[in-house]
Amino acid sequence: MIPLSYYLVFAAALFSIGLYGVLARKNAVAILMGIELMLNAVNVNLLAFWRYRAPDGIAGQAFAVMVFAVAAAEVAVGLALVISVYRRRNTVAADEIDLLKW
Amino acid sequence: MTTESIIWLIPLPPVLAFFLIVLFTNKSKWLSHTIALGAASLSWLGSMVVFVRALQVEHLGEHPFTSAINWLPLAGDWFEIGVLVDPLTAVTLFFVAWTILMIFLYSIGYHNFGQPTGDHDHPGLPPHAATVADEHGHTHKVPSIEPLYSRFFAFIGLFAFGMYLLVVSDNLLTLFVGWEIMGLCSYLLIGFWFAKPSARAAMIKAFMTTRVGDVFMLLGIVYLYSQTGTLTFREIFNEETLQQLATTSSGLLGLSAAGLMGILLFMGTVGKSAQWPLHVWLPDAMEGPTPVSAMIHAATMVSAGIYMILRMFPLLSAGWQEGTALTPALGIMAFIGAFTALFAATIAVANNDIKRVLAYSTISQLGYMVAALGIGAYVAAAFHLVTHAFFKGLLFLGSGSVIHGMEHGVLHTGDHVDPQDMFNMGGLRKKMPITFWTFLIGGFALSGFPLFSAGFWSKDEILADAFGHGQFVVFIVLALAALLTAFYTMRQIALTFLGEPRSEAANHAQETKWTMTVPLVVLAFFAVTAGWVGIPAHFPGIGGLVPSWFHDFVGSTLLEHPEAVEFNFIPLLTSVVVALGGLYLGWVVYKDARAGEADPLVNTLGGLYTVLRNKYYFDELYDFLFVRPAYWISETFTYKWMDRGVIDGLLHMIARVMFSLGSIFRNWIDKPLVNGFADLVGETVKRLGRTFRFVQTGRVQQYMVMALVIAFGTLFYYLFFLLQP
Repeated sequence: MIPLSYYLVFAAALFSIGLYGVLARKNAVAILMGIELMLNAVNVNLLAFWRYRAPDGIAGQAFAVMVFAVAAAEVAVGLALVISVYRRRNTVAADEIDLLKW
Repeated sequence: MTTESIIWLIPLPPVLAFFLIVLFTNKSKWLSHTIALGAASLSWLGSMVVFVRALQVEHLGEHPFTSAINWLPLAGDWFEIGVLVDPLTAVTLFFVAWTILMIFLYSIGYHNFGQPTGDHDHPGLPPHAATVADEHGHTHKVPSIEPLYSRFFAFIGLFAFGMYLLVVSDNLLTLFVGWEIMGLCSYLLIGFWFAKPSARAAMIKAFMTTRVGDVFMLLGIVYLYSQTGTLTFREIFNEETLQQLATTSSGLLGLSAAGLMGILLFMGTVGKSAQWPLHVWLPDAMEGPTPVSAMIHAATMVSAGIYMILRMFPLLSAGWQEGTALTPALGIMAFIGAFTALFAATIAVANNDIKRVLAYSTISQLGYMVAALGIGAYVAAAFHLVTHAFFKGLLFLGSGSVIHGMEHGVLHTGDHVDPQDMFNMGGLRKKMPITFWTFLIGGFALSGFPLFSAGFWSKDEILADAFGHGQFVVFIVLALAALLTAFYTMRQIALTFLGEPRSEAANHAQETKWTMTVPLVVLAFFAVTAGWVGIPAHFPGIGGLVPSWFHDFVGSTLLEHPEAVEFNFIPLLTSVVVALGGLYLGWVVYKDARAGEADPLVNTLGGLYTVLRNKYYFDELYDFLFVRPAYWISETFTYKWMDRGVIDGLLHMIARVMFSLGSIFRNWIDKPLVNGFADLVGETVKRLGRTFRFVQTGRVQQYMVMALVIAFGTLFYYLFFLLQP
């Protein structure tokens, strides 16, 4: 059986890739995708810990499902925002969306 | 109706008329003068009824008509006011009622009732003229109606109320109220044409000058009240009170209380009856319309002054017995009266204004009355007061009629000549016959034309009294004044009516309307007949033809009836000679004055004429002595020094001190400490904000990096420093 640490390393790598995407990508849609990666890395962690540490309960699965639901809602809202910004400013580059500066 | 109730009602109609006209009917000229004339008639009727009933009472002096009501509650007592008709009041009511009624009637004509409204007339200015076209299309100028017609009748109504109130009063307080109402009315009426600067100056002068006398009179009244506790005549004039007042010392100049009161009260008369040295207002009062002049000079105001001292005679003469030295009050009256009589007569000689001559003549004649009273000739003074009111009223109304006729001529010819200057007149006897004959009667009465004129009998009585009482100085001065009076009267008549017209305007003068001539005729009747009641019973020839009741009747007002003086030919001859001599002289000098020639007196009198023409420079003197110092005090002393200098200076100093104190607080405490601290806080926050605002880039990814850096930083700090064992 694959040891737990493999999963954890995988999830950490996935999270870091997601974080890098969020921090480094220009495109807002790509940033959203980075966020998806980070959320799913968390999901991997949740399921791995559930399976190896507390397989009797269902809390890990339930949380993972909840994260899916939240992620879906978040993407829906985030994409809608991106479309709206695009309509107004003709861009989806996060650098240029800086109205809230001093 | 009882006599007492009628007396109460006599003063009321004119004051009601005043309020009715002022409040309701001033739009309607016809209604206004009807109300005023009706009120005057009612008062006249009441006065006549009272007069006739008074004549029928025996011993009216001891049992006069009186009626009083409680008026003012005092501590435990009442101040009573009421009415009193004794013989003096009765005869005063008689002449006052007649002259007032005649003047009211005359005013209707004088103010051109029935004439059209003027083309350019302005309220407050005498009416100029109206242009009318006749049936042939010719336009000509006619006199226009007075713009403030109703107001005039309201004012003379109030004036008449003041006089009636004064006459029927039984105490000094209501007398003084009437006295002051007349002062107000004289002010209003002298300045009736208030848009003329000269009229404004005259109204102020009259009011201020009489005020000087009134203040002293009020002091006298207060002193009398503080000494006796009453102002009712009949309570003051009893043997005991008078004796007490005559013996109490006032503590001033060695005068007795009665003497001081007498002098103070007499000063009221000096102001009101225009005696020297307060005579200056009366000639200037000629600025008013002529009916007002007649009202002031004959019917009301100046007569009121004499009436008051007649009324107060028992007080003035308290302590004086027939044949002893005069009391101080009487002595002053004799001096001022005689002096004024001569003094004013000399000024009248050199005046050319028809009304001003009469004004000075009034001052002179009032001086006669004052002098007569001063030597104790009570009845003679009262007698002259009555006759003078009639003939002086007549003369004033006559002069108004002359001026009116002249104005008609001025309008007709279009020449701009002064319609009041006698040197522009002449020959008016043919143009204005009624005015001429009545004026002649009035003038002869004034000069004391022997036997038939009223003035002769009253003047003769004064001279006879002066002679009989041994006051020879007064006698001679008054005789001289009488000579001058006759002279200037004849001068006036000659210049106005005799000879040939000296201007085109005089050539086109016209007789005035019936409303103006009827009063002249009525007053002329009294100017002759009023003297008959006082013909001495022992007079050779005609003595006793007409019952001579005046002396006994009026004399009974006093407690001790004055005896008539022994008949003596010297004063009689004197008065005949001065009257006829003066008239003759005046006729000789002025019978053929030509147009453009100077007054013949200029050559005869030389420098003296200039002095007389300038009224002895009294106006200039008073201007120098009183008016300019008053201006100086108000402008330089009060305004510049006291107000601007001291009071404003003090205020400014306080302000300056407060200002510098405020500056110190501001500069040393408020600005550095309070403001500094507040600014420091604000500036620091601002600088902080400016320093750190660069982090707020608006880029969400930078925020993210920052959040990570801080999170990791915190984590490291936690792990490596805080969790160190």
